[in-house]
Amino acid sequence: MKINWTSIFVTDQQKALDFYTDKLGFVLKHDIDMGGPRWLTVVSSEEPDGVEIVLEPNSHPAVVPFTEALVADGIPMNQFAVDDVEAEYERLSSLGVTFTQEPTTMGPITTAVLDDTVGNLIQLVHQDEGAQG
Amino acid sequence: MKVVDIYRAIADSTRRTILDELCEQNDQTLFEICARLTNNHGLGLSRQAVSQHLETLESAGLVKSRKEGRFKFHQIDSTPLDEITARWPADASRSSPDASRTTKRASTETEEQS
Repeated sequence: MKINWTSIFVTDQQKALDFYTDKLGFVLKHDIDMGGPRWLTVVSSEEPDGVEIVLEPNSHPAVVPFTEALVADGIPMNQFAVDDVEAEYERLSSLGVTFTQEPTTMGPITTAVLDDTVGNLIQLVHQDEGAQG
Repeated sequence: MKVVDIYRAIADSTRRTILDELCEQNDQTLFEICARLTNNHGLGLSRQAVSQHLETLESAGLVKSRKEGRFKFHQIDSTPLDEITARWPADASRSSPDASRTTKRASTETEEQS
């Protein structure tokens, strides 16, 4: 068994695709017309054969209250690994991305939290050099 | 909500740590406060427990929260702590124990009783 896909619920698939590609820098992998919603996936440009993120419509009624409650408390459902959180924060801020938590070093890790504009918060993480596990 | 006095609010070490972390970085989400307590202080509290501590601090006026769009941020407001230095001013202990101090103290006590 392998983990090939993981889903993120989004308020708008096209807006999500724009954000995840133009801002975050992922690349489109699949865009299949399902007669309404699309089967839309992106991958990391650093790992084109890696895990795909499915940008899933948030049409189920349970999704909106769930995601809104998490966002209100600043809780990111997904995390992406970067080489340097500070550098990504500078790069993404200059592209107009909103952060709910600026880069913060806590013990061995540095994190920041950003708004993906389609209903979710994303945490960026790097482990500080020399830090153990 | 029951109004909590500042003495009860700061009597708890976790709540004092929350205030320390808000001094370090103002405007934090609940998530960030929880992460800081866990990673910087080894306090693995549930979000619900942290939320309750924040409610207590808010009730005492020591923490304010602000809704910005879909997000809620918390700030420290140490203004209520002025009550402590107003009640026990530093100059009272610095001045020498002479007659004038005794007089001053006596008059303050009288005011409080009236």
